[in-house]
Amino acid sequence: MADMHFELVTPEKLVRSEDAFMVVVPGTEGDFSVLAGHAPLMSVVRDGEIAIYSSPTTVTARIKVQGGFAEVNDKGLTILAEHVEETR
Amino acid sequence: MANLKALKGRIGSVKSTQKITKAMKMVAAAKLRRAQDAAEAGRPYAEQLAGVMSRLASGVTVGPESPRLLAGTGKDDVQLIVVATSERGLAGAFNSNIVRAAVRRARELQAQGKTLKFYLIGKKGRAVINRVFPGQTIHQVDQTHIKTVSFDDALEVAKDIMHRFEAGEFDVAHLFYAKFQSALVQIPTEKQLIPVEVPAAKSGTHSETSEDGKHTRTVSNDDHKGPVAAVEYEPDEATILEALLPRNIAVLLFRAFQENAASEQGSRMTAMDNATRNAGEMINKLTIQYNRSRQAAITTELIEIIAGAEAL
Repeated sequence: MADMHFELVTPEKLVRSEDAFMVVVPGTEGDFSVLAGHAPLMSVVRDGEIAIYSSPTTVTARIKVQGGFAEVNDKGLTILAEHVEETR
Repeated sequence: MANLKALKGRIGSVKSTQKITKAMKMVAAAKLRRAQDAAEAGRPYAEQLAGVMSRLASGVTVGPESPRLLAGTGKDDVQLIVVATSERGLAGAFNSNIVRAAVRRARELQAQGKTLKFYLIGKKGRAVINRVFPGQTIHQVDQTHIKTVSFDDALEVAKDIMHRFEAGEFDVAHLFYAKFQSALVQIPTEKQLIPVEVPAAKSGTHSETSEDGKHTRTVSNDDHKGPVAAVEYEPDEATILEALLPRNIAVLLFRAFQENAASEQGSRMTAMDNATRNAGEMINKLTIQYNRSRQAAITTELIEIIAGAEAL
């Protein structure tokens, strides 16, 4: 399965712009994971950790986000966050 | 003829002034680069947010039950004018341009019978605003201790302004700052902070009125773009919009601060460049004057000696 494009931006800088297999996002209504070909979605993200997967089993990064918002469209997943903190 | 010693002193003093202005110009140039980079880095977020906002707002109709930040209070009697200036002077006309734009708008609003309130960011706007509109400043933000503006600083200001809005201190808020175009050109800009102005969606429908104004038809731009995928909202659109509105205000402020920082440095660089050039011209003029007076003194002395010798 093809990778999808993932962007994480804060008001101060573009934190990440890369291709990922899957990203797990803590939505306000519950966690959800986004893979390539996900249906268009807009969701408020609660403060928590997003996990980026490069393959079904490997987590390449976990990033704490605060004040976030996620949008999935045909170009991929974009997360807007006020604060990010890379853990690990 | 000015005396030699005084001239020498003046040349020396202009030279040291020139050194200072030259150094300030170089510092401003370095800071300008950094401010520009910061503004550049913040662009993706602002663009994304603006896009999301317009897409969301096009699906929500503004009614009495929509969030007050979007719909407003329904009045426009009390107008808040937020003026963002710098903390330091010696930046050419940077601060006075912003203040002038704000004062002009304030006079317009005053003529319409609105009550004005001022919210000043940066200390360079204080003197003029407090003199022209005494007693109408409700708050002054001090950013002297901040080197580079972070989003948190903007968030803090945004929260304070929103808090005052919730408390009913004003109905409409305008923001004044200088938009950075180049080191030579900075444009004083006005933006409406509250209620939030939603940028018009690029796609969607809009009304077109024909020349005679009788026929109004609705045109859809979506025809060229193929079917628009249905977007899932989590939670619903209105809730998302409500969550994003305060953030949008903070981002607007943050962008304004960044633009201001770049403009300030650009303006200072240009001003200091001019000052350095003027000092150079002045030094040349003074040096010529100095050399002339010296030569005149020598000639007079020679004439005296020759005249003395001839008399013998």
